[in-house]
Amino acid sequence: MIDWTGIAITLVKLAVVIGALLGGVSVMTLVERRLSAIMQFRWGPNRVGPFGVLQPIADGIKFIMKEEMIPAEAYKPIFILAPALAMITALCAFSVVPFGPTIELFGRTIDLVILDLDGGILFAFAASGLGVYGIVCAGWSSRSKYALMGGLRSSAQMVSYELALSLSVVGVLLASATLRPTVIVEQQAGWFWNWNALGGGQILGFVLFVVAGFAETNRLPFDMPEAESELVAGYHTEYSSMKFAMFFMAEYVAMFTMSSLAVTLFLGGYHPGFPLPLEGLALALVQVATFTVKVFVFMFLFVWVRWTLPRLRYDQLMNLGWKRLLPLALFNVFVTGLLVAFDVI
Amino acid sequence: MEPVAFVVLTALAVVSGVVVITHRNQVIAALSLAANLVAIAGFYLLLQAQFLALLQVIVYAGAIMVLVLFVLMLLNLPDEARRRGGGRMQSGLALVLALAFVGLLALALSRGTAGSSFPASDRFGTVESVGQALFTRFFYAFEAISLLLVVAMIGAVLLAKRRL
Repeated sequence: MIDWTGIAITLVKLAVVIGALLGGVSVMTLVERRLSAIMQFRWGPNRVGPFGVLQPIADGIKFIMKEEMIPAEAYKPIFILAPALAMITALCAFSVVPFGPTIELFGRTIDLVILDLDGGILFAFAASGLGVYGIVCAGWSSRSKYALMGGLRSSAQMVSYELALSLSVVGVLLASATLRPTVIVEQQAGWFWNWNALGGGQILGFVLFVVAGFAETNRLPFDMPEAESELVAGYHTEYSSMKFAMFFMAEYVAMFTMSSLAVTLFLGGYHPGFPLPLEGLALALVQVATFTVKVFVFMFLFVWVRWTLPRLRYDQLMNLGWKRLLPLALFNVFVTGLLVAFDVI
Repeated sequence: MEPVAFVVLTALAVVSGVVVITHRNQVIAALSLAANLVAIAGFYLLLQAQFLALLQVIVYAGAIMVLVLFVLMLLNLPDEARRRGGGRMQSGLALVLALAFVGLLALALSRGTAGSSFPASDRFGTVESVGQALFTRFFYAFEAISLLLVVAMIGAVLLAKRRL
């Protein structure tokens, strides 16, 4: 017997999450441009609609209407596949993030997470690790020097920083003795000192995760794969129209996923940090809102850093990844292991 | 659901496997190998080995194949793509080896326990059960392999960097 209602619920959850993510992306494009304008004493886009809030819609229409170019030399199947790969892997990684508690609706219990996996954290890393294929394929199939260099840089960078990223999480996993995101979040319920970044003693792990996360999503100050002054636009130099927009959206979805993972693992997930005098559906709604606010605070951090810090040099980037972050992450694992062994946390 | 998934995964695995050995372009071959590895991870998932499936994707498809691609893209061998591969010697040897492999497979299938099924326990294939097995029953083997990996790593660094 196939559980059709269960399948329907999953489909609804998928539609809501993908809609929310892509909606969040369009909001973030406007927010980023307005915020960067404020930081640089400019106005930013303020013409379309009140305060420019309709700008993302105008951008979307423009992307769809633009002529689509495929270079004559490009390797077509891979060239067309690449943006889809980038997008799909970015969306997949989000599916293990719990964005709310378990709720009761019409007599059914519904987990507000798409995939409640035993190895959920690993699933997120596997999906975001495959994300590098989108960039590499784009760089190679364009048959352009700039794009190829961008693809090469990004594959080296992402493989290097994946190590630091996954090692920085090991501390949390040791302390919570599970890889299931829903359980990790529930362990951080109650007051904010229960959060892994504070009471869990994972503050170093948190900082490492954030730095490596910036590199993993190719954001400034680590956006070497698309450094404009050196590589035009890096791996997506040859892309135009909606295919370029797909890479753009994939980058923002990856940022959302990275923010949600940081919130889930280190900052209490959907728990607001103090006991709420609410119950049932009201509590669930407040918690989903809490999660959204936390993720957007993180997205603000992404934007803030991008428009404040200058770009690193490539060798500095590699030095930071291998000689600073990796040993520190190993140290964090060692210390957390000791703390767990002696029952301190 | 499972038979459908099995058929789809098998098709993906076979097609990508054939592309790996027949395609003249090395980058395409490497990409197909990555797809093949993901398909194999799907088989692990069908066999309830979640942890193994995730590790397969992270380690092989996510890290090793990316490095292989990296090297292939750096080399960018255009001539190799047009040259016809192998001599008569190689084809003959390949045929013999392929036949031997098919024979071995047939032998294994005829003697194996195909058809009988083993009900897996609830905790089978979880991170917890794999970890428990690694750190209790297979502890010495596990540590020996980690030592081997460290030795290989040091060797690679020494070979690549003559002057440290």
